[in-house]
Amino acid sequence: MKRALLIAVASLGLIAAPAASREPPPAPDRSLPDAAQEARAQALFDDIRCVVCQHEAIADSPAGIAADMRGLVREQIAAGRSDAQIKQDLVRRYGDFVLFQPPVRLGTWLLWFGPFVLMAAVAAVLLLTTRRRRVETAALSPDEEARLAEIIEASADRRDPDAKSSDH
Amino acid sequence: MIVETGAFALILAFALAALQTGLATAGRLRRSRVLAGAAEGAALAAALAVAVAFAALIFAFVVSDFSVANVAANSHTDKPMLYKVAGAWGSHEGSLVLWCLVLTGFGAVLARARNLPFGLKTSAVATQGLLGVLFLAFAVFTSSPFARLNPAPFQGASLNPLLQDPALAFHPPLLYAGYVGFSVCFSLAVAALIEGRANSAFWPAWGRWVRPWALASWAFLTVGITLGAFWAYYELGWGGWWFWDPVENASFMPWLAGAALLHSAVVTERRGALAGWTTFLALLAFTFSMLGAFLVRSGVLTSVHAFAVDPQRGMMLLAILGVTAGAAFALFAWRAPRLKGGGMFAPVSREGALVLNNLFLTAACATVLLGTLYPLILEAANGSTISVGPPYFALTFVPLMAVAFIILPAGPLLAWKRGDLKGVTQRLVVAAGLAVLLALLGWLMFEPRKALSAAGIGLGAWLILGTLAETAERTRLFRASLAETLRRARGLPLGAWGTTLAHAGLGVFVLGAVVETGYRVEAARPLAVGEAIKAGKWTVRLDEVRIIEGPNYLAEQGRLTVTLRSGAAPREVTAERRFFPAGGQTTTEVGLDFRGLDDVYVVLGERGRTEAGAPAWNVRVWWNPWARLIFLGPAIMALGGVLSLMDRRLRLAVGKRRAAP
Repeated sequence: MKRALLIAVASLGLIAAPAASREPPPAPDRSLPDAAQEARAQALFDDIRCVVCQHEAIADSPAGIAADMRGLVREQIAAGRSDAQIKQDLVRRYGDFVLFQPPVRLGTWLLWFGPFVLMAAVAAVLLLTTRRRRVETAALSPDEEARLAEIIEASADRRDPDAKSSDH
Repeated sequence: MIVETGAFALILAFALAALQTGLATAGRLRRSRVLAGAAEGAALAAALAVAVAFAALIFAFVVSDFSVANVAANSHTDKPMLYKVAGAWGSHEGSLVLWCLVLTGFGAVLARARNLPFGLKTSAVATQGLLGVLFLAFAVFTSSPFARLNPAPFQGASLNPLLQDPALAFHPPLLYAGYVGFSVCFSLAVAALIEGRANSAFWPAWGRWVRPWALASWAFLTVGITLGAFWAYYELGWGGWWFWDPVENASFMPWLAGAALLHSAVVTERRGALAGWTTFLALLAFTFSMLGAFLVRSGVLTSVHAFAVDPQRGMMLLAILGVTAGAAFALFAWRAPRLKGGGMFAPVSREGALVLNNLFLTAACATVLLGTLYPLILEAANGSTISVGPPYFALTFVPLMAVAFIILPAGPLLAWKRGDLKGVTQRLVVAAGLAVLLALLGWLMFEPRKALSAAGIGLGAWLILGTLAETAERTRLFRASLAETLRRARGLPLGAWGTTLAHAGLGVFVLGAVVETGYRVEAARPLAVGEAIKAGKWTVRLDEVRIIEGPNYLAEQGRLTVTLRSGAAPREVTAERRFFPAGGQTTTEVGLDFRGLDDVYVVLGERGRTEAGAPAWNVRVWWNPWARLIFLGPAIMALGGVLSLMDRRLRLAVGKRRAAP
């Protein structure tokens, strides 16, 4: 588990440091003084991926680079840049990979619209097939006749007199 | 010696599964009850053999036999006994034996089922045997947990400390019972495709046979996934419980397919309709289970949970997945067109509602599948890398489910064949009004005000109230005397109570998920002893940090006091950072203060210095409102599944009376 390893590397102010800790411990996070700006930063952290970790947001990652990225985002917010600008800047540096929300472009249309198209297609097929079959014309099958007889027979000792036919 | 017995038993199980497949196939072709009976015996013996192998593996862990490579890699003499035992399924090899144990165990139960017709049962036993052959071959030939080391090391490398948690004892076995339980649905579906005929009493009976397996597997999976989410919640120390991580998604896909299967099998059972679709879902659920196994064990995806990353084994699993799913879906494509027919129904009817349910669940499953695999596909196609994470699912999965949840309470109120939409609307109008009121109340109650989260609160309330409205309707609550209502409540079948519980549990979960996600408050800063940090209405003060020694770790243990803003209701929590010398790893032990439905979640971070130079610890605090409901909801849902499972109609003896020839 890479994560655990990263923690081991990034940790250790105190207990017997393993020999592997060459990376300096990340600078502690300094929150922005403005609460609204800090809230914006926190929201952004959840959507930005730590580029060396396994599927972790920089909000969660203990890795040094995640701390650097958090610092970068805070700096840019303090400099008055918008969320979109900050994301653009990150994508320029690290590629689309850095955002947990993939871009909508030709190559990702299937990803974004596939499920909805699938659903619409299946719904259309279902509507067409059920429309062709009319309910009224269906006679009871022998099996249904048998079950109906059984229900009528059993109805004498039914405990739930107005339950639907499904509840026997 | 015991280890060699285990290795032998595993190989024996492989041979017995092969025998089971051969005998059942021959028995089916020659219509020989003797051969079929022998196949059932082989199924039972295979399960016993895997159980022996599993017991031998646990024994090797318990006595810390480091001459076994798997034990040396995953155990340590200092490890507490619970984790020695649970460590047996903490690695790829051991968990694969557990997988085979569940597979053959359920196969033995299937072989013992008395009410199935000869052809269907024998074909299903043969299919289940074939699955056993494939997975046992994988275990024996590429992933044997019994391989020896020479010379044996004096000490083991110990288990990943993140796994050293009581949840390891329960989470994987429950999860696997769910995953692999769907294998029986798969085998029954394959058998039905071989044996099934259109327009007969066959399909209602088949629906009744497949439903208990689907229900049991789904309930196991529900508990297993929830336990995993709770484990991640308190062990990772990130304040969250679901990250849309590929491995989480891998367990979620069979759950969604299983939920769709449960509902569609009801239609097949009651009305003989949707036979082809139900068969398809039964095949799909286990296919997703196998896909999950492949994704987790091959290392093709990056995940915080992935274990035993090995491309070679990944190829083997991909081959198993390709062969079984490919053959099953080819059979489906060949046979399914003949499965037309069954009862007819109007679009507005119970059947129609269940079809709609399936539509939404399948689309939701497709978003999870695409979201999980798309980065791989895109990278293979044109080399560009993307990440698919929570924002994607918030824009696709969540709206799909939200629409499905709006429709859900109407479903159980609709009559079969042709429903009365107006009557249903009338019955739900009170619940709808109350839900809107609660959404408004939620909007006023929580700061900061968020319209979407408030709507989510309304949706959760709607699920609970709408579901209860149906039960109230059926028991004539407030309209008849209390005695009459009680009499009716007792008369309701267990299955109806199961539906009510499962749907209401979903509402409970939605409430928890919406409120926790929308209104959680997080705060973090370095604290010296005696300093405090605020998160929402809570204040957390660091009282003391000391070093303690665990059985196989050293820890910095922080004692903290959680109080309300005014200093009222103080309660002490401990949060730890544990260092495991055996693997050189550090883990966090979260301090959790349960406050009613809320959690105050405290993480002790690494040691640093305050600006004045005094020692300080990075303390992260979350206030997670209503977090308790996130884990309570699925527990209620699973209970609903268990109640349905106990329904008289699904008991084997009852099914026999109406079984198809």
